[in-house]
Amino acid sequence: MKALILVGGYGTRLRPLTLTLPKPLVEFANRPMIEHQVESLAAAGVTDVVLAVNYRPEVMEGALKKYEEKYNINIVFSVETEPLGTAGPLKLAEKVLGKDDTPFFVLNSDITCDYPFQELAEFHKAHGEEGTIVVTKVEEPSKYGVVVHKPDHPSRIDRFVEKPVEFVGNRINAGIYILNPSVLKRIELRPTSIEQETFPAIVKANQLHSFDLEGFWMDVGQPKDFLSGTCLYLSSLTKKGSKKLSSPKEGYVFGGNVLVDPSAKIGKNCRIGPNVTIGPNVVIGDGVRIQRSVLLAGSKIKDHAWVKSTIVGWNSSIGRWARLENVSVLGDDVTIGDEIYVNGGSILPHKSIKQNVDAPSIIM
Amino acid sequence: MATLNVPLRPKLNGAKSSGASTKAVILVGGPSRGTRFRPLSLDVPKPLFDVAGHPILWHCLRAVAKVPGIREVILVGYYEEQVFREFIKDTARELPKIKMQYLREYQALGTAGGLYHFRDAILKGGPDRFFVLNADVCCSFPLEQMLKVFEDKDAEAVILGTRVSNEAATNFGCIVSDPESKRVLHYVEKPESHISNLINCGVYLFSTETIFPAIKGAIKRRADRPRLVSYPSAENLESSFLDRLEEGEKNEVLRLEQDILSDLADSNQFFVLETKDFWRQIKTAGSAVPANALYLMKAFQQQSEELADPSANILPPVFIHPTAEVDPTAKLGPNVSIGPRAVIGPGVRVKESIVLEDVEIKHDACVMYSIIGWNSRVGAWARVEGTPTPVGSHTTTVVKAGVKVQSITILGKDCGVGDEVRVQNCVCLPNKELKRDVANEVIM
Repeated sequence: MKALILVGGYGTRLRPLTLTLPKPLVEFANRPMIEHQVESLAAAGVTDVVLAVNYRPEVMEGALKKYEEKYNINIVFSVETEPLGTAGPLKLAEKVLGKDDTPFFVLNSDITCDYPFQELAEFHKAHGEEGTIVVTKVEEPSKYGVVVHKPDHPSRIDRFVEKPVEFVGNRINAGIYILNPSVLKRIELRPTSIEQETFPAIVKANQLHSFDLEGFWMDVGQPKDFLSGTCLYLSSLTKKGSKKLSSPKEGYVFGGNVLVDPSAKIGKNCRIGPNVTIGPNVVIGDGVRIQRSVLLAGSKIKDHAWVKSTIVGWNSSIGRWARLENVSVLGDDVTIGDEIYVNGGSILPHKSIKQNVDAPSIIM
Repeated sequence: MATLNVPLRPKLNGAKSSGASTKAVILVGGPSRGTRFRPLSLDVPKPLFDVAGHPILWHCLRAVAKVPGIREVILVGYYEEQVFREFIKDTARELPKIKMQYLREYQALGTAGGLYHFRDAILKGGPDRFFVLNADVCCSFPLEQMLKVFEDKDAEAVILGTRVSNEAATNFGCIVSDPESKRVLHYVEKPESHISNLINCGVYLFSTETIFPAIKGAIKRRADRPRLVSYPSAENLESSFLDRLEEGEKNEVLRLEQDILSDLADSNQFFVLETKDFWRQIKTAGSAVPANALYLMKAFQQQSEELADPSANILPPVFIHPTAEVDPTAKLGPNVSIGPRAVIGPGVRVKESIVLEDVEIKHDACVMYSIIGWNSRVGAWARVEGTPTPVGSHTTTVVKAGVKVQSITILGKDCGVGDEVRVQNCVCLPNKELKRDVANEVIM
C-alpha cells in the first residue's frame, strides 16, 4: 500500500522549535512526529510513503533514510516549487500514488491519534466507493467544518458545513483519508484544497464515506496543542498499560503519565507529573517540580526549579528556583537564569534570559 | 498662651567646652500616622518593626548611644504608653548608660509642637543642645560629624542633608546651602518646582537657646495671621487661608519642616552636613526591604558578629535569629533577615527579603523582594516575589503595563501561600489564604 503525508511548509506555528528542526522531526513523546506516523503506516502494510513538502531540508532526508531501513519501506520526497495546498500535492505524486489500483492513505503531518490505518483500509474496501475520511467527535463543532451524513446511511457523507451556527452534527474531518487512485483524476496540478474542492466533488458523486475514530485526536501544530496532544497521548499509553511509562512506584512520579528516556538523570526529592515527557540525556537536579511539560533532548533543569506547561528545547538550561509556566517555549540552547520567572515566553534559540518575562511575549 | 522660660545661659566664647551636654529626642509618631506602613502596622507599631534583626527605633538609639556625652534620650509620640514599655526595658539592659523615657502627646501636636510641649523635660538638666531624629529614617546617623560642624561653626542648628536625583527631590524638604560655608540659605518643604537636590534627612541638632524661641515665634506668628496655604492669587484668595484658627485646639500643630526650618534659614547660624552615606525613608511597608538591606550592609561592613557566616548557601549579608531553623540546603541572601523561630525548609531560596517571627517556608519555595509576615506559611515550590527597584531609588512602586503596583510583595500576619502558588507584586492583608496565583493586587 501507499501513503502521502502532507508536511507542507516551514511549520512557523511551531516556532521557535521549528527554527532548529523541521516540524516532522520535532520529538513528540520522545520520538519525531513523522516516526509515529511512519511506524503506524508500516504496521498497516504500507510500503511506499510520499512526503509532500514545499521546501527540502537535507536534515530531514538524512533522518528518514534511517526509517526506510528500520521499517522496511520506501520514502520519497515530493517537493512543490510553489505551495500546492492540500490537494495539489496528491496530483504531483500521481506517479507513486497511481502506480497501481490499490487505494492510498493521505494524512496531515500535525495529527496525533491512535492511527487506525488497518481498520480504515478494511472499512474502505468493504464499502467499495472512492474515498473515506476519518472523523472525530468534538465538543464544540462550531469551531470546525462538520461532516453531515445522508439520512438513510450511517457513513455516506451528504455535505460539509463550515463552522455551523446551529447544531448539525459533532463529527469533524480528522485529517486522515484513504482514497482510490481514481480520485487523482479529479485533481488539477495547481494550488487547490482537498477539503474545499476535491471532497465536495466526491460527495456530489455519492462516493465519500466517513470512518469514526476511536480514542484521542489532536492537531499538534502549535505549542499549546502540542502540550495538550502530549497529555492525550500519554493518557492513552496509561490506558493501554504501556511499559514505556515510568512506574508510579518511582518516588518522583506524581499523578502518572510520565515518560522518561532511559538516558535521562533525575535528582533527589523531585515531583514529576502528571503529563511529562523527558527526552534523552536530560539532567534534572534536586527538588525539581515538573508538570504538563515536554523536556527535549539534552536539556537541563537545575535544582528547585518549577516548570509547568512548558516546552524546553534541546540543550536548554533552566536555572535554580526558576519558574516557567503558561505555554512557555524555549528554543534550542536557551538559558534561563537562576530565580527567573517566565510567563508564556516564546524564546528563540541561543538566548540567555536574565530578567523575568512577566507577560506572554516573544524574546527575539 | 504659655510663657516661655528658657533658662538663658551665658554663651561661651569660642569653642564650646567639650563638657557641653547633649540630649537626643526621637520622634516616633503615632498610630494614626504610619498608615502607609500597612499592612505591617496593623500588627506592630512602625518604630518597633524589625529590620536587620532589630526594631527600626533600635537602629536610631544605637547611633545615639555611640555619641559620647549623651546620657538621655526622650521618645516623643502619641502611641499609648505601654507600646514602648517592653522595648524601653530591653534597651535599658542593652544600653545601661542611657536614660530613656517616652513622652506621649495626647493630641498630635506636629513635630515642632511636640518638642515645644515637652520643652521642660528636654531642658531639664540644662543641655546646651539636643539632637532630633525622625524614627522613620534609615541612615548611618553621622551624629558625631554633626556635632563637629556644630562646634566648628558655632552653629545654632545643623541639619543632615543628602543628595537625591532631581526628579525625586521635590518629594522631600529641599535645602539650598552656600557651597563654601555650608550655611543653609533657603529651605522649602516639598516644592512644586526644582529648588535643590540636597534634601532634609530628618536628623537635626539644635541649640536649646535657639530652637524654643524659634518655635515660640512661629506660634506667635500663627496666632497673628492665618497661615497661607499657597501664595494667594485673584482666584483663590478666599480659600488660600487655612481655617485652622477656628478650631482653636489645633492651633498648636506645628511641624519642624514646614513651620520652623524655613525661618531658621534666615538665621546666620544654620548649617547643613551633607552625608554621602546611605539614607532611606521608611514610609511604606515596602521600604522596610531596602532599609533592611542598608542596615545589613552596614553591619556586614562593620563585621558584626550578629550576621550569619558566609558560605556556599549564605550570600552575605544575612541575619538569622538564633532561634530560627534554617535547613543547610536552603540558600539565603543577600540582604535577608530571618526572624525568631522561623523554619526554613530544604532547598528554599530567600533573597532581598524579611522573614518575620514564626514563619514557615516549606521545601523548594522561593521568596524574593518580599516581606513574610509573622506566623505566615509559604508552601512547597511556592514563589513569593516582588520586583527589584533601582539602587538609590526612593520609591516602592513600579509601573507594570501602565499600572502602578507595589514593588515589594508583603504578606501580613498569619497568611498562607499554597504549595506551588505564585504571588507577585501583591500586598496581602492579615489572615488570608492564597490558594491560587495572584499578581499586582492588594488582597483584602
